[in-house]
Amino acid sequence: MSSSVMKARLLSREGDESVYEVFIGPQHPASGHMRFIVRLQGDVIVGVDPDIGWVHRTMEKLAETKEALKAIPLFERMTIIDSQNVTIGYVRALEKLLGVEPPPRARYLRTLLSEMNRIASHLYGMGLSGIFVNHSTMFMWCFGDREVWIQLAEELTGARLTHAYSIPGGVRRDLPQGFAEKARKAIRYMRRRLEEYRKIFFDNPQVRARYEGVGVLKSHEARRLGVVGPNLRASGVRYDARLLGDYGVYDELDFVVPTAEEGDAMARLLLRGEEIRQSMRIIEQVLERIPEGPILAEKYLRLIPPKLREPALKEGRIKFPGIFANLKIPEGEAVARAEMGHGEIFYHVVSDGSKKPYRVRVVTPSFRNVVLFRYLPPGHRFMDFPAIYGSLDYFPPESDR
Amino acid sequence: MSVEDLLRRLEEKGLEPVDRGDVVSVAVEPHALREVAELLVEEGYDHLASVEGIDRPGEDVIEVVYHAESYSEELWGKLAEIRVRVPRGEPRVPSLIDVWPNALFLERETWDLMGVVFEGHPELRRLLMPPDWEGPPPLRKDYKVATEGVFVVVE
Amino acid sequence: MVDVFCPFTGMAFLGRLEESSKKAAKWLVEKTPIRSFRDWAISFSLWPVHFTTSCCGAEFAAVSAPRFDMERYGFLPFNSPRQTNLLLIEGTLTRKMARAAQIVYQQMPSPKYVVAMGACALDGGIFHNSYNIVRPHELFPIEYFIPGCPPRPEAVARAIVMLHEKVKRGGTR
Repeated sequence: MSSSVMKARLLSREGDESVYEVFIGPQHPASGHMRFIVRLQGDVIVGVDPDIGWVHRTMEKLAETKEALKAIPLFERMTIIDSQNVTIGYVRALEKLLGVEPPPRARYLRTLLSEMNRIASHLYGMGLSGIFVNHSTMFMWCFGDREVWIQLAEELTGARLTHAYSIPGGVRRDLPQGFAEKARKAIRYMRRRLEEYRKIFFDNPQVRARYEGVGVLKSHEARRLGVVGPNLRASGVRYDARLLGDYGVYDELDFVVPTAEEGDAMARLLLRGEEIRQSMRIIEQVLERIPEGPILAEKYLRLIPPKLREPALKEGRIKFPGIFANLKIPEGEAVARAEMGHGEIFYHVVSDGSKKPYRVRVVTPSFRNVVLFRYLPPGHRFMDFPAIYGSLDYFPPESDR
Repeated sequence: MSVEDLLRRLEEKGLEPVDRGDVVSVAVEPHALREVAELLVEEGYDHLASVEGIDRPGEDVIEVVYHAESYSEELWGKLAEIRVRVPRGEPRVPSLIDVWPNALFLERETWDLMGVVFEGHPELRRLLMPPDWEGPPPLRKDYKVATEGVFVVVE
Repeated sequence: MVDVFCPFTGMAFLGRLEESSKKAAKWLVEKTPIRSFRDWAISFSLWPVHFTTSCCGAEFAAVSAPRFDMERYGFLPFNSPRQTNLLLIEGTLTRKMARAAQIVYQQMPSPKYVVAMGACALDGGIFHNSYNIVRPHELFPIEYFIPGCPPRPEAVARAIVMLHEKVKRGGTR
């Protein structure tokens, strides 16, 4: 498809008098924290304007006012449900500037938490896709099962949602006792639950009637629009930022990046279930193969006073010495990409040699997927709009940063 | 469609691409921006990952940086970066929405937060800031917000 | 003009019959047995409006979810602001969202209550120096502040239970 045809479909058009506007506002059970201005002709959608910016908390500006390490909890709040994957990109960019590599055990631990967060994020998305078509059982079940993974993450990192687990050079905490057994129990539980989800939701004829054939995105359109995440893979494009080999141990593990061919809303939902299965495979392999060793790079372990270094490593908890917060980032630029549950996140950090970064640019997967709200709905009926929204797994605080 | 082809074609045009590991970076003048963008699309970089503006008040320029990305396996490891410098008092750059359709929201956000005008963009209006924002573009260095020290003083 | 005399207390209500009966109803509702019953009923049916403000919404969803289940306290998130009486400000309130929050608050019927959740609703939290956020206590009369970033669902449940007590005691703003 040529760019001009694509561009024409993306831009708003002046309609005649039979076109009227509906505001689906921030106070709405099915809108999230954003507003849609839907232009309708009768029951057919003519255009949609996503009105974002209701959660714009100016994170790029605030990152310039804080020391580089203090921006890690700041960026977590973009996608609080997926906080390891959001910050791992920033931490990788800092590691490239500082010239430090994490030890192997730390890379395995980062992968472990990344996959646990990916499962929790997909369950959130599946729960929302249930409630948007009024399937409240799916919403309740998914959010109840999220608690299993949140509790597991709380055992590992100490916090339910805001883990702040990766730091430049390694991770903050080691595996606690008995963690592997609990994780395996959670995986067995989740495999049974996925079967039950299939019975009540994915094979439900009413859900299929609302989601099948709706919001079809073809493969060349997905490439050209720069769509990311399961929305891209459900259109047949096999791209995942984990395959770039930049972070974690994905090149040493045996897993599949699932794709689908149809590109409709049902394919996107089913793909998320499939990705949960693959994430559980990765967690099992990580727990089997994790090597022994330190969890923080030698260069930064030296900063901890020697009396405290031994107990810290034995217990597996790193407490920062004051100088670690005062790290001077060498001059230069770094780019890093990571794969969140919602898609690929992009970081570009520019440093001028001081403790605070000069400019941090972050493009989140939801911001790259906003263009689908312009592109997919025109031509559908109005009640297909919640189905399209539910299948895209769009998260407004992440898009507004 | 490989990185060597891209470097060769950029050098044929008289530019000096730099391969920095994750990105292939090239600096262009604003009037040549569209040609280089079309070259990148032909070489397989068919969508943008990011458009950003970096404010450099010391040199009195705003640097607009484009990162183009590709989903094909030979090219997905390297991003293509285009850097353009425009004067800070009059930051105007041609819009690339005909070359890369997904520049629609990325350029609009850069206008909203940094104040760079993209000529030819049909919808330069407020995206993230409130619709009645009267102040200067917030990401500029002369728009100050309170900074933090290592220890935050609580009164 | 009809003079109505109440045979039980001997008080005289002068004026038209509808006005008199309205005044009588208001007086009766404030009398202790009926007022306690009214406050008990209000406290066990505090319905929050579906208004997600920011990232604490994830813990708000967790509080309505199976593990922490606030619905057993009568806490049912409901669609329309005109049929709800609790506004839960979850997290950061940006300028754009504050305008919408004020419109929603004005549409809610009295008695209505506002609870501010999270560190960002207290005094900005981690975004205290941002140019795009407002402090909720400058806009609404807030009953309880819940600290935490994000607060644990147990903390939110505790705040709602404390709000029950406050409604029953009668000290709300």
